[in-house]
Amino acid sequence: MSPDSPPAAVAAPELPTPVPPSLIALFVAFAKMSLAGFGGVLVWARRGIVDQHRWMTAEEFNETFALCHFLPGPNVVNLSVVFGSRFRGPLGGMAAFAGLLGPPVVIVTVLAVLYARFGEIDALRRILAGISCAAVGLLMSALFRMMMPLIKRRDWTGIAIMAAVFVAIGVLRFPLAAVLLASIPLSIGISFAMARKASA
Amino acid sequence: MNSENDPVWALVWTFGLMSLFAVGGANAAIPEMHRVAVEVQHWMSDKQFSDVFAISQLSPGPNVLIVTLIGYSVAGILGALAATLAMCVPTAVLAYWVSHVLRRSTQSRWPSIIQAALVPLSIGLMGASALILALTSDRTWAAAFVTVAAAALAFATRLHPLWLLLGGGILGFAGLI
Repeated sequence: MSPDSPPAAVAAPELPTPVPPSLIALFVAFAKMSLAGFGGVLVWARRGIVDQHRWMTAEEFNETFALCHFLPGPNVVNLSVVFGSRFRGPLGGMAAFAGLLGPPVVIVTVLAVLYARFGEIDALRRILAGISCAAVGLLMSALFRMMMPLIKRRDWTGIAIMAAVFVAIGVLRFPLAAVLLASIPLSIGISFAMARKASA
Repeated sequence: MNSENDPVWALVWTFGLMSLFAVGGANAAIPEMHRVAVEVQHWMSDKQFSDVFAISQLSPGPNVLIVTLIGYSVAGILGALAATLAMCVPTAVLAYWVSHVLRRSTQSRWPSIIQAALVPLSIGLMGASALILALTSDRTWAAAFVTVAAAALAFATRLHPLWLLLGGGILGFAGLI
């Protein structure tokens, strides 16, 4: 039968990776990144993988992250699995996944126990109320950072889709699945049409 | 064993399904978590939800760990583990599979087009998260002011986020919020 890949395909250049990390090294590296990451692990993941261990170049990292960003689910969790499995197969993916989630899950569970026991204490309620106000502010600033490229490009279709999703989920409180089933095909269709128009 | 009233199975089902729809990561899924946990299942109050969000931002690790806290409040330690794995494993398996398929296939342009199409969606979802959390957290003018000030500082400076969370906590403790 036909070979695995069509003959016209250009083989991707296989860059030799210096030293493939061991399973334990993957676990430890992702545990460290995760524990360093307050309010998001991505910055630390980039620092650890690209700068510190030199397991990937910055371009390889960006490509891998782009893939993980367009897939559903927690991006950094996806990144750990894709990254770990690239070096050590499925076991490597599991080691990185366990390193990323294991230690912080233990910490968060301890905090959950403390919250369940002491959450009604007035001082703690006030402190948490203050922290959540600031945390919402942090989320808003991340949101503005993501919006800036759309606004600078004057990408009106993108801005319209963004606004429609915002209203449907945030104001009208429609279920996520329904909104996505309607908006994903629409948005991809528009992007394809515009890409075809641009290349024609 | 697999009874419909078992809260652990409810968690697994809820978050397992949500993980496959969570375009744009954990913070973009917050409106859906709020809708399910507060409005549909009545697992927690509005106040508890905003507390849980604060704790998840305060602790190290990926933002997705808010589901660990929701799981704990529903069904203890077993619930915490079940919710975390349900939210993370299905999409991790999908990511593993897709990355292998893409590595074997020739370079095509559809991933970048799909990605470009999903960016506005995930920003819209994050905007909805910010709105819903602001409505649950910012019940006074002072609270809203702290949120706006934290947003401006985080946007304009390179201050470590932990300092801003700490500042919010101190203002809250002092009874100013």
